[in-house]
Amino acid sequence: MKNKIKNVFSNGFGQLTIPIIAILILVIFNLIRDPGFFSIELTQNNDGNNVLAGNLISIIDNASELAIIAMGMTLVTAACGGQDISVGAAAAIAGSAFVKILSNAGTDGISGGLVLAAFLFACVVAMLFGAFNGTLVAVFKIQPMIATLILFTCGRSIAYWISGSATPNVASPIIDGIGRIIPGVPIPTPVLIVIAVAIIFKLVFHFTSLELLTQSVGINGNAARVNGINSTFIKILSFVILGICVAVAGSIGVCRMGQVSHDTLLLDIEMDAILAVAIGGNNLGGGKFKISGSILGAYIIQMLTITLYAMKVRSTDVKAYKAIVIVLLVVIGSPVVKAKVNKYISRLRSGRIKASEKGAGRT
Amino acid sequence: MKKINFFKKGQISDARLLLTITIGIFVLMYVSAIIFLGGGFTHAQQIFDMLNYNSSFIIVACGLTIVMIGGGIDISVGAVTSLVVMACIKYLNPVYSETGEKLSGEGNIFAALLIALGIGLAFGLVQGFLISYLEIQPFIVTLAGMFFARGMTTIISIKPMKIEHESFSKIMDARIEIPWLGYTARNGNTIPARVEYGVVIALIVLIVVFLILKYMRLGRCFYAIGGNQQSALMLGINVKKTRFLSYVICGLLSGISGFVLMMHSGSANATNAQGMEMSAIAASIIGGTLLTGGVGNVAGTFFGVLTLTTITQIVVSSGFNDLALQNVTIGGMLGFFIILQSIILTRRNRKKTG
Repeated sequence: MKNKIKNVFSNGFGQLTIPIIAILILVIFNLIRDPGFFSIELTQNNDGNNVLAGNLISIIDNASELAIIAMGMTLVTAACGGQDISVGAAAAIAGSAFVKILSNAGTDGISGGLVLAAFLFACVVAMLFGAFNGTLVAVFKIQPMIATLILFTCGRSIAYWISGSATPNVASPIIDGIGRIIPGVPIPTPVLIVIAVAIIFKLVFHFTSLELLTQSVGINGNAARVNGINSTFIKILSFVILGICVAVAGSIGVCRMGQVSHDTLLLDIEMDAILAVAIGGNNLGGGKFKISGSILGAYIIQMLTITLYAMKVRSTDVKAYKAIVIVLLVVIGSPVVKAKVNKYISRLRSGRIKASEKGAGRT
Repeated sequence: MKKINFFKKGQISDARLLLTITIGIFVLMYVSAIIFLGGGFTHAQQIFDMLNYNSSFIIVACGLTIVMIGGGIDISVGAVTSLVVMACIKYLNPVYSETGEKLSGEGNIFAALLIALGIGLAFGLVQGFLISYLEIQPFIVTLAGMFFARGMTTIISIKPMKIEHESFSKIMDARIEIPWLGYTARNGNTIPARVEYGVVIALIVLIVVFLILKYMRLGRCFYAIGGNQQSALMLGINVKKTRFLSYVICGLLSGISGFVLMMHSGSANATNAQGMEMSAIAASIIGGTLLTGGVGNVAGTFFGVLTLTTITQIVVSSGFNDLALQNVTIGGMLGFFIILQSIILTRRNRKKTG
């Protein structure tokens, strides 16, 4: 136990050091600013259901879509050494596909089975687009950001074609149950979905060798291929998995709003998702990764946003302050700064040892 | 010597091949537009209009091409352009009190130009430093730059602003008239072709960047660090400094682009130049610049911009005024060029190894 604590002090939490420090700083800052910031209370919403309310709940609730997409993005980043910038557009397509199935049935006609069918359809559509991106990246050897630029340009227009009209609405107790809360459960449903997705990832990594294969493809694709790993397949697979994540996030987004708006559904989430992956300490150049880091990153971004809202910053101005914090975080995490700091610390330490030796010599 | 090389069979380089394909497709598209749509496409004014609308876009795309040749990426350019427009208009417009009295006079145009260049330069310096000396991924740094610039734009003013500066309005309305390229209207009047001054600035920037890339030591260094960083280092090139300079130039050009955009539109709002960075990347790629670095040409970028604009014009003038169709066409074009590039690259790699 003592050794463990010592290890934490000398090595930090490895790649999770910076996200954990960032969360601690945010928490301490908020506690000093307003001690009641993290208070959670049980209230009743308009329908008379018990709901947990408070800033902390809204942080983990609103970050759900981001966290889910960040998980998939981590895998793509690790395998391909690049990022998918089309996730927002793909989520709009998946959301439109989801609503397309539901909109045929009336308000009363939406049953659990139909919602499941719609969700599966959205998954298939998103997986197809993911496979398209993956093929461009893995077979044609195009940089992921450029390959996904195609879907980024035209994705929301395809979503517009799928939904046909501007913003089709869906309304049903089941939809509300997915997007907000299930009656009787005080925790928002999206949070539960995030936990479920995280557990699925954990189980997949536990029972298959996907994690190892992804890392080896990301570190050196050629070496992995020589060792008998089908790196093309792994890369496409990572994009397909991201597609599933995108479909889940898009469906949550649609259920939360009760409508699909092809222009604004999960707008700019690609940038936030890449940020979440980077803040989580993952190397954007591929290789080793930690999904937990990306999830932490997503919550850090949302916590920062909510903190700024609580400080009465206009929603349009939040970006500027966010940028400053992001730059600070990546500067602290940059290898050059780390090396410099380590050098400085070791010099300090050796100086102290010399001083103590001198002290010992005198007595 | 170069001329002989050009005509020799089998000597055509990949970069030149990509450029030729781009120019070919642009000419093909334009000619087919003239044949099938006729009308406006037959007038020289059509091309000048395309330039008038896109003068700031051309400047931004030039800057981005330099960064991409050096193997980096800068997605803050559109947001910086928008910030420059907002800041300059805020400075140039007279300030009114709540009762409508004028509190201060109008700003100086040269000072506004300095503000534009200063903002662009500041973004270039900071981003370049973070990327090249602290070795942070360019995507994240310029993403933060984009967030910062967009946020600052709305902090300056959340309401759209229009320029109310007399002498600047005169500059805005000024046009260069080229009589011999004009056309005769239905009522018999000859209308000369009109070109904005912004286009002149854009073309000067284009030529300067072309010369830097082609003949100056610095320009060749950009190609070297983009092509292979290790061998560039071995050749004695200061890789960090060169990369730093590429971002500084790109930032400076986005400042100029903001000023030119202000000369064109004369109004500022928070969503100005939205998505410009991605269009500029698309234009560079269509023009034959490789995102991996080391290959590219601003002449290609110029034709990339023209190609993108022609697609828009064709979709608009053939009656489908449908933004969705336009975006899907551009996406499809982009896909075609990207796959083409990839095939050419794979072929080259195979040639090298086999």
